[in-house]
Amino acid sequence: MPGITREEVAHLARLARLELKDEEVDHFASQLDDIIGAVARVSEVADQDVPPTSHPLPLTNVMRADEVRPSLTPEQALSGAPAQEKQRFKVPQILGED
Amino acid sequence: MTDSTIIKLTAAEIAAKIASGELTAVEVTEAHLARIEAVDEKVHAFLHVDREGALAQARAVDEKRERGEELGPLAGVPLALKDIFTTCDMPTTVGSKMLEGWVPPYDATLVAKLRAADVVILGKTNMDEFAMGSSTENSAYGPTGNPWDLTRIPGGSGGGSSAALASYEAPLAIGTDTGGSIRQPAAVTGTVGVKPTYGAVSRYGMVAFSSSLDQGGPCARTVLDAALLHEVIAGHDPMDSTSIDAPVPPVVEAARNGRVQGMRVGVVKQFRGEGYQAGVVQRFDESVELLKELGAEIVELDCPSFDLALSAYYLIAPSECSSNLARFDGLRYGLRTGDDGTRSAEDVTSLTREAGFGDEVKRRIMLGTYALSSGYYDAYYGSAQKVRTLITRDFEKAFEQVDVIVSPTTPTTAFPIGERADDPMAMYLADLCTIPTNLAGNAAMSLPCGLAPEDNLPVGLQIIAPAMKDDRLYTVGAAVEAAFVARWGHPLLEEAPSL
Repeated sequence: MPGITREEVAHLARLARLELKDEEVDHFASQLDDIIGAVARVSEVADQDVPPTSHPLPLTNVMRADEVRPSLTPEQALSGAPAQEKQRFKVPQILGED
Repeated sequence: MTDSTIIKLTAAEIAAKIASGELTAVEVTEAHLARIEAVDEKVHAFLHVDREGALAQARAVDEKRERGEELGPLAGVPLALKDIFTTCDMPTTVGSKMLEGWVPPYDATLVAKLRAADVVILGKTNMDEFAMGSSTENSAYGPTGNPWDLTRIPGGSGGGSSAALASYEAPLAIGTDTGGSIRQPAAVTGTVGVKPTYGAVSRYGMVAFSSSLDQGGPCARTVLDAALLHEVIAGHDPMDSTSIDAPVPPVVEAARNGRVQGMRVGVVKQFRGEGYQAGVVQRFDESVELLKELGAEIVELDCPSFDLALSAYYLIAPSECSSNLARFDGLRYGLRTGDDGTRSAEDVTSLTREAGFGDEVKRRIMLGTYALSSGYYDAYYGSAQKVRTLITRDFEKAFEQVDVIVSPTTPTTAFPIGERADDPMAMYLADLCTIPTNLAGNAAMSLPCGLAPEDNLPVGLQIIAPAMKDDRLYTVGAAVEAAFVARWGHPLLEEAPSL
């Protein structure tokens, strides 16, 4: 298995939306490499004819009747918002200026 | 009855004394609030104590009794709630800066059930951030101490809940167990912890870490108390798609009729070897001898896939966590950092997550992002899921031969705070014996089986049962507990130093 490089960690952090500091990138690169090295043994079973289990219960989609029921008020839904305006979540700009 | 006598009562005793009028719920609550006031500065089991709310709940129980209304089996009994369950009248932080001060707009189903049963919720207990950890050192609000030795860890991630029990700050507590976070703290604090069958207790309103593994459950000082709490919180919940729609096994009845005679008890070869402390192995071997004396047939089992459980867990849990924690984006609730009017939502999200998450959470998010990324998915996440199948098959084969399996709960006793902080792999080993059960979804309990001779710290005995056979844990657990208490002459916790 390939080791995890500093560049890979920086890339993973961007994918995971984590603005890591340089020293954190170094720190995590070495730790993730150790952890992946230790857990890579799972691939020893990869060639076997074993079905994967994603969940301990067989899950089925559960549908409910389309009925109006009590729910949170707008004030309750917005109660934890970092910023709000006119009964809406106020967020930073989504699109760039260009 | 004095405060110091009240706090030593079991939940069953408290409920009986309140029902008979010997004690009021207010007296009981005040005694525990006074104990929290006296010792929690040292232990730091609680993140939030709801003094007024608890007293109001207690008064309501007393009024109900005065009116002659029927009281539930745990009416008026105080409880410490892990800060991972949403509560509409108290903050829910999950041990993270990301949710500092957040008061959710709804109660978790488990919380609603506790309130309906007239249990008195004292407050929210400390935990590893987002339940990621084996020591309660990863809390953004500082570590919890082990009441047996405050310089040592109380186990994780539910260290606050177990420490509250062991320090007599509460007779009952709630934990959650993703890789051992109920059983492991129970083991190292000399208390009882049960991970019910996956899906037996609603996960609605329990902040998700790894959805296919997380399971809430009872923490207590006795097996019977755990069973009483188990029956209050278990049962089908239409709000949770993973909730099992089947009757709750008769766990209280099982706890009242402890029995081992004639049972087949499995001992798994893979639950011993390197990394196990000598005193832990010694106490475990004595427990197996005790089971024999009580009339159990011991069966040696070989579960070869268990050797890969830790590896599979540390791919599956981080993968699910990287997905679950994507919701913490600084946009709709919780912390927002770096929003100065010039930055994009994406940049604000990245800055918020950098500021709001601690090291272990970041480490697991990145590990999960890596394991799920294109090119590595099959080798890591896909393979881990295959291991999960093999572990489930090992359990199925084992339970064709035995009624329950026993093992040490943790390979070592409580280690000193800070000892494993910079070595994630060493930390992860604490959950070596508990993880296979989370991967397979079956039920397990930890109860005290003595002190390790080398450090005089508690050792836990783990009992594992098939899914939906949670009552077997209590049948065996109650018998073992009674035999140990008879041998010691008192409950193990009485040997803990006074705080």
